[in-house]
Amino acid sequence: MSTTNLQTAPTALPVYAKKDFESGVDPRWCPGCGDYSIINQVQKTLPAVGVKRENIVFVSGIGCSSRFPYYMNNYGMHTLHGRAPAFASGLKVSRPELQVWVMTGDGDALAIGGNHFIHVMRRNLDVKLVMFNNRIYGLTKGQVSPTSELHKKTKSTPQGSPDYPFNPPLLALGAGATFVARTIDVEGAHMGAMLKAAAGHKGSAFIEVYQNCPVFNDGAYTSLTDKAVRADRIIRMEEGKPLVFGKDGKKGLRFDARTMDLEIVTIGENGVTEQDLLVHDSTREDPTISFMLAGMAARPGFPTPIGVFRNVRKPTCEEMTWEMIEDTKKKRGGDLQKLLSGGDSWTIK
Amino acid sequence: MSTQATARKTEVQQVDTVTIRFVGDSGDGMQLTGTEFTKASALAGNDLATFPDYPAEIRAPAGSLFGVSGYQLNFGSKKILTPGDAPDVLVAMNPAALKMNLPDLKAGGMLIVNSDAFTALNLEKAGYKSNPLEDPTVAENFRVHLVDMTKLTEAALEGSGLSSKEVGRCRNYFALGILYWMYSRPVEQQLQAIAKKFAKKPEFVEPNQKVFKAGYAYGETAEIFERYVVPPSKLRPGTYRNVTGNFATALGFATVARLTGRTVFLGSYPITPATEILHEMANMKEHGVVTYQAEDEIAGIGSAIGAAFGGALACTSTSGPGLALKTEMMGLAVITELPLVIVDVQRGGPSTGMPTKTEQADLLQAIFGRHGESPLPVLAAQSPADCFWSAMEAMRIAVKWMTPVILLTDGYLGNGSEPFRIPDVEELPKFEVKYQTGKNYANGTEFMPYLRDEKLVRPWAIPGTPGLEHRVGGLEKDSLTGMVSYDGLNHEKMVKTRAQKIRNVVEDVPDLEVFGASTGDLLLVSWGGTFGSVRAAAEVLQAQGKKVSHVHLRWINPLPKNLGAILKGFGKVLVPEVNDGQMAFYLRGKFPGVDPLQFNRINGKPIKIRDLVGKVLEVL
Repeated sequence: MSTTNLQTAPTALPVYAKKDFESGVDPRWCPGCGDYSIINQVQKTLPAVGVKRENIVFVSGIGCSSRFPYYMNNYGMHTLHGRAPAFASGLKVSRPELQVWVMTGDGDALAIGGNHFIHVMRRNLDVKLVMFNNRIYGLTKGQVSPTSELHKKTKSTPQGSPDYPFNPPLLALGAGATFVARTIDVEGAHMGAMLKAAAGHKGSAFIEVYQNCPVFNDGAYTSLTDKAVRADRIIRMEEGKPLVFGKDGKKGLRFDARTMDLEIVTIGENGVTEQDLLVHDSTREDPTISFMLAGMAARPGFPTPIGVFRNVRKPTCEEMTWEMIEDTKKKRGGDLQKLLSGGDSWTIK
Repeated sequence: MSTQATARKTEVQQVDTVTIRFVGDSGDGMQLTGTEFTKASALAGNDLATFPDYPAEIRAPAGSLFGVSGYQLNFGSKKILTPGDAPDVLVAMNPAALKMNLPDLKAGGMLIVNSDAFTALNLEKAGYKSNPLEDPTVAENFRVHLVDMTKLTEAALEGSGLSSKEVGRCRNYFALGILYWMYSRPVEQQLQAIAKKFAKKPEFVEPNQKVFKAGYAYGETAEIFERYVVPPSKLRPGTYRNVTGNFATALGFATVARLTGRTVFLGSYPITPATEILHEMANMKEHGVVTYQAEDEIAGIGSAIGAAFGGALACTSTSGPGLALKTEMMGLAVITELPLVIVDVQRGGPSTGMPTKTEQADLLQAIFGRHGESPLPVLAAQSPADCFWSAMEAMRIAVKWMTPVILLTDGYLGNGSEPFRIPDVEELPKFEVKYQTGKNYANGTEFMPYLRDEKLVRPWAIPGTPGLEHRVGGLEKDSLTGMVSYDGLNHEKMVKTRAQKIRNVVEDVPDLEVFGASTGDLLLVSWGGTFGSVRAAAEVLQAQGKKVSHVHLRWINPLPKNLGAILKGFGKVLVPEVNDGQMAFYLRGKFPGVDPLQFNRINGKPIKIRDLVGKVLEVL
């Protein structure tokens, strides 16, 4: 079965530049919006991922982030609020050769679309889901979102929000995502590296992007990104390297086997050396350490991790689906007349 | 038994139609008994129609009234249009089943009862104050056969080593054996069927065969049963098989995959009574079918729209509550103008309603139930076998016109069955699906995703096609470029264009054929699953010399071109429906001045021929 009537032979991958991925439609995000930084990095990254422009599809839901596909010169679908993963799933299952991206926001992915989000992750469909987390509803002009902090005052919570927020990487890990990462809009190079890693991953990929909304939630992340505090508040997870942070890189994470917990230690104090620190390995089969790292974002005194929490290869939903289809074809052949006739028939002359 | 005469026992009588109803506890295996006997009738060449009627509970408390499960079969040597109004034969396995069904049995009909089940406890559960089998009026009104099926089954399986629970499960084969004898069916065929059914549990093959044979022998030796033969029917020559509507729907979609050489994608979520479509299509993978069991109804249709954007021939299957959940998605399919078939196997509503009972009450939801101006074609299958042709037709329209299409069936069609004349693959009409491959504007230098052809259809350009990269979505689009547009005049133009496109579909809607004279006193207008009952009623009325004709609507939107003219030829129009008058309401709006009379039954069951005949005679 084919879903294309193109008879032309496969052609070589063209050499792309960033502008090849720009649709020519001017983005209509507010000045200073973190979304500009994200689209910039996506357009910069795609020329290097080795996939033809016409084989890349951007799917989005509703919200500021979801205007994204209109600005990309690829195939794109701007769908319904929260439902982008559902469209992406059907597309990917039926056309596994396509590279499918879902561009979404915290309200879109985790509130109205929470169900689709967890299921696309658990199925390990090869869909790359980038969630712009500004911790606010922007397009409806400022209400709490599922990632807004407890007690946050917004138009819909004038006395403060009584709702606890989601920790998105924890949720993605819990749902079974095989690639989970976090980055920040102001960290362009880091974001580019995360996008490239997600593009290269085979399976469900989740990237949380801390994204500033300058109109409705300005400064949501300055407590992390401000130059004066950045080094102490952010820990960069780098593959195969000890988990260190702080201005001089002397603080680190150690796993305490007695408490079964992470602790912050300082190299050179109390006999701590670099060898005592946890070495980052996102490819561990067991996700327990990834859960601990993801959980740090909400722990007082702990730095917020950015980088790849988890990156493991498992058979994807679409790979297994098509394996079954091919197996069935081999076993049964697929004679339509036989199917129509069935086992118990009778003839009238 | 219309040609039945009183005859001496065991003398074989010829009859032309018989309606049998099997009733028992939901765990009594009545659906199996019914389908097995149906298969035997089909293989004997009878025309037939069936109607399973079962409770929503998987295993309702034993002996309870709401746990009664039934299966009705009408078979004969002449054309069979419905599963039959009232049974000629009622096989009742317990008091609750008898209580729920005895009122339907024809006067003088045959009642076969498992008398062992009429214990004090079961009688109490059924709400009987005294044993109805001892009621003299029962014996006066019906030909009653009390059979100790439980004891006889136990006797047949003495020393088999089966537990008493397992022995109890074989009882239905005793009843089946009796009926095989009564209707002169070949024993060997059923023995093979049992061997096949229990192939994976071989220890049950012999016991069930034994019980079946014991039932057959009981019929033969007890010398209390009449014996009949129902000659083969004179159906159109060809090879036939028995199909349910849900199976036929799945078969239709799989056939589309083979005819087009394209992937057929079903995104679906389990819901009674539509789930079998998902089951069946999941088992047709070798024919180019991809099935995806989504996390909910919304994702079911969403995945299908995603697949359609990718070039698959996409469909989703559901029932009323699921259709409600899919409405926002249908709006997206309308505005993106992507092909999609939404199958709604209607059931009793609103809300969870009566999930296992049939109804036609989603009609207006199908026609109008979306936000915004959101027209789409609506087609309704008319019989179980017609579901095959309707599924293919719906997909053909969806692709040709780049639009979502709703296919309405119902619980009665979906679970009911009838013979299906197996088409020769070579005879099936060709079905070619082509995607846009080149740029279509400014001398082939640009691609305009909303540039329409003369029929107002936009091109289908799919990912993987270089140079045609474009974006679709829920925001209103510029009528040419497909860019987001908030221009009011453009919106109005797009709304009107989309509506006109759907009106244009009428070129693919066949004109109606009137059954009977083209003018007269009364016209019966039916749609969907009531075809059989209404056609049979029209035959009865015409045979009585009444000036009554019948038209049946498969196409609901657009309506056939000649419907308006046909309606004018009759003094009265009567619309029989299994709802509270939705088609009548629709016709009043579509044809001002026509005010149809209504005949509505909303009891979870198909319309009975005699009830409709009575209504027509009353209003004529």
